[in-house]
Amino acid sequence: MKYAYYPGCSLECNAAAYDMSVREVADLLGIRLQEIDDWNCCGATEYFSQDELTATAVIARNLALVDPQLKQLVAPCAACYLNLKKTDRLMGEHADLNQKVNEALAAGGLHYRPGTVTVRHMLDVICDDIGEAAVRDKVVKPLTGLRVAPYYGCQVVRPYPENDNPEYPIKMDNLLAWLGAEVVDYPVKAHCCGGHMTQISEPQAFELIRRLLQSAQDYEADLIVCMCPMCQLNLDGYQGRVNGYFNTEFKLPIVYFTQIMGIAFGLDPKKLGFGKELVAALPVIRAKVNGFAPQAAR
Amino acid sequence: MATATAAENNTFRNEVIAQTPNGHRMLHCLQCGTCGGSCPSGADMELTPRALIALINAGQRDRVLSANTMWACVSCYYCTVRCPQEIPVTDIIYTLKRLSIAERRYKDTDAPALAKTFTDYVDKYGRSFEFGLATGYHLLSRPLSALKMGPMGFSMFTRGRMSLLPTKIRNIDQLQAIIHKAREIGARR
Repeated sequence: MKYAYYPGCSLECNAAAYDMSVREVADLLGIRLQEIDDWNCCGATEYFSQDELTATAVIARNLALVDPQLKQLVAPCAACYLNLKKTDRLMGEHADLNQKVNEALAAGGLHYRPGTVTVRHMLDVICDDIGEAAVRDKVVKPLTGLRVAPYYGCQVVRPYPENDNPEYPIKMDNLLAWLGAEVVDYPVKAHCCGGHMTQISEPQAFELIRRLLQSAQDYEADLIVCMCPMCQLNLDGYQGRVNGYFNTEFKLPIVYFTQIMGIAFGLDPKKLGFGKELVAALPVIRAKVNGFAPQAAR
Repeated sequence: MATATAAENNTFRNEVIAQTPNGHRMLHCLQCGTCGGSCPSGADMELTPRALIALINAGQRDRVLSANTMWACVSCYYCTVRCPQEIPVTDIIYTLKRLSIAERRYKDTDAPALAKTFTDYVDKYGRSFEFGLATGYHLLSRPLSALKMGPMGFSMFTRGRMSLLPTKIRNIDQLQAIIHKAREIGARR
């Protein structure tokens, strides 16, 4: 199966581990990803905060650049996913906006007809298009013994609920069970990590991050898997600062769901981007997963 | 007098409705408070989304546009999916952000500065630029905080998670032409 691929800015650098593991896992599962040539930033939440029409036009350029042979577009980042989906949706529902956005696109020689491209998240492609049997078939190192907390965040499950339950999503829970992991069922799995709030109000952001780490720890998670670069950055990158701020001692590794899939599939951790996280994940995986390759002599 | 006030009320409310996709749903607000109760940032808001909608209906333009509510919003969309009246609360908040920024009504928040720095990078390069954001914006608005970011920034850098240079898309002229045109159309109204 072939899909258009929109990596988004975070996956170029800060979330390179996500991009690496998405590509590795996709390759193994027979998902062919064709990156949109010369894609541009989705504008995150910031562009919509300033200028709705321009924000929509900026995003629509990416939809217009999708290879006409391809009908489905995959985005791994939650913010990119929502912006692309929302733009397609808004243009389809509001003729006036559609007309204005296309007038703007025409200035760049482009056109986009809403509905042409279906925007998907990587998790949905893996769970719905590839499915349980094919995923189980690739598992060579079941994650038996590892307690994994799935963290969904916000913008993949809300506001568009058609792929999962917006209050209590379950798709990543299922996927982790297929990999043999012990899935941690904890109450805040779809709560907010604070998004860009770390840049605006640290006290507010740090409290949101603390709640998530505390809950995962209370439910005895060995690690958290996430599906968004912003969530990973906040929970992993800021974990040390959160510890300093609240005088806590969290030491929870945060990795992308595609990274942990790659481990279960027996792929090389280096190629999956392990080692880029600030709180090291491999030592925990080595210690907890029954029968995982014995610790390399160091 | 009463008539004039009512007309004013409608002006602000109609403006918000006109600028928000499906904004007319706001007319059906029951003041049940599900939005505020669902909000992870409710405790940090001077006015919860429920109060904000009540004040929009009362035409309290100044109070609404200078509230900190919009800048505490984290766009988690809990309010939107839980509203029994299907009011696009998060999108209404985006509209209020835009009005507040355009009229410079915001107070005590760096959020508009962050948004401006972010979109300036997109306009110039076609991509966002995390390092530029983290340093430029922090050094300008909060030098002390930039200092605290140091060790974390260093860890990110040594793990190859921070690029010191922005990436530019190939066809930046095309993107800029689109942006320019969109702004021109936006200014027409």
